[in-house]
Amino acid sequence: MTLDFSIIPGIMPALLLGTRLTVELAIIAVAIGLVIGSFAGIGRVGGNRIVRIITGIYVDFIRGTPLLVQLFLVYFGLPSLIGRPIPPFLAAIAAMGINSGAYIAEIVRAGIQSIDRGQIEAARSLGLTYSQSMRYIIFPQAFRRIIPPLGNEFIAMLKDSSLVSVIALEELLRKGQVVITRTFRPFEVYMVVALIYLTMTLAISRLVAWSEKRLKIVD
Amino acid sequence: MIRTCGLEKYFGNNHVLRGIDVTVNPHEVVVIIGPSGSGKSTFLRCLNLLEKPTAGQVFFRGQCITDPHINVNEVRREMGMVFQRFNLFPHMSVIDNITLGPTKVRGVSIDEARQTARDLLKKVGIAEKENAYPSELSGGQQQRVAIARALAMKPTAMLFDEATSALDPEMIGEVLDVIRNLAEEGMTMVVVTHEMGFAREVGDRILFMDEGLILEEGPPQQVLERPQNPRTQAFLSKVL
Repeated sequence: MTLDFSIIPGIMPALLLGTRLTVELAIIAVAIGLVIGSFAGIGRVGGNRIVRIITGIYVDFIRGTPLLVQLFLVYFGLPSLIGRPIPPFLAAIAAMGINSGAYIAEIVRAGIQSIDRGQIEAARSLGLTYSQSMRYIIFPQAFRRIIPPLGNEFIAMLKDSSLVSVIALEELLRKGQVVITRTFRPFEVYMVVALIYLTMTLAISRLVAWSEKRLKIVD
Repeated sequence: MIRTCGLEKYFGNNHVLRGIDVTVNPHEVVVIIGPSGSGKSTFLRCLNLLEKPTAGQVFFRGQCITDPHINVNEVRREMGMVFQRFNLFPHMSVIDNITLGPTKVRGVSIDEARQTARDLLKKVGIAEKENAYPSELSGGQQQRVAIARALAMKPTAMLFDEATSALDPEMIGEVLDVIRNLAEEGMTMVVVTHEMGFAREVGDRILFMDEGLILEEGPPQQVLERPQNPRTQAFLSKVL
């Protein structure tokens, strides 16, 4: 059997449709993750013990269990608890968003803790409150250090979103599987699918590297 | 102006301050000397509660500021602090570093704060650097900005924590000049330093600290030239 790449033009529209959903999933998941992760990350370094413990459990649980299991918990597990089904798209962004939140919480925590202690001491010695010091001194500096790892988190989500193909969401990988049932060309199709992922991740990591360089100049 | 009473500090099992009683009078310059690890910096940091004393009290302008009901932010705005490693805010220009405190803490208008900042920069001799970023300045210039930043809050007292220890030798003079001028203007100051010549020159009173205790205190001539305590003698013989 030989390779037949002549099928590519025919399958591209379907795959690009899947790509669009993949990108949407990753963007929404990281956006949700950014909101959860910012609060959880700040909670991890904050003064409140209870908050530190709760956010710690959240981060440990999510990072210590597979995303696929989390997805099943939401999509198959939760409906039996609440008594009605959850639409696949909602289940996907919920699982991915909560997952991303835990990783982003760690990124935010590391970003905040990477700022020299002298900075908060200088701010507090001027009479700024804890939250003013965070807002004007720590966050603006931490934010610059958070951008590159955040880009990497987005790349990870883009790739991990392929897991939601198992709950019948027609993102890129699932679209590929569908196309194969029509073309019977698994190698070629999966190869194209892989290359589409690669194109996206390469582009983003270039963007991250560029932004890293830009932000360093200001630092 | 500032008074401590039985001040003690533990870091874990490490007994860093073992009961310190000090009074700093208005317009007085108190200089603290002593070997590394003697607790000088910790003592200074207890005065504006950057470190929380384990025991004892700190009084500032008659008020017990170690009382848990006290608003520490209101106390700190009255006490300017200058750090060994400057701790300027690297993401802000020089003038923004200086105006941040007055505008956010004291509610001064930005125009007024900028005017004050420019006057202070002139005073510390770097008026032309207001739009520069800290990373573009030399160590000596950074420390002078840090002093201007502290002064912008119009504090009633200033604390200097080894303000020249991180500087190249040729830059120490320019920073000491600024501190000296402040002393001449009558600013109440507590200065931790390793510069013995400077201590003698600006200090109204010298405290010698070792192992968490004040072992000797008095006018500079007395402590530096005729030390009574054997450990003061030993220390001075090494550094002078």
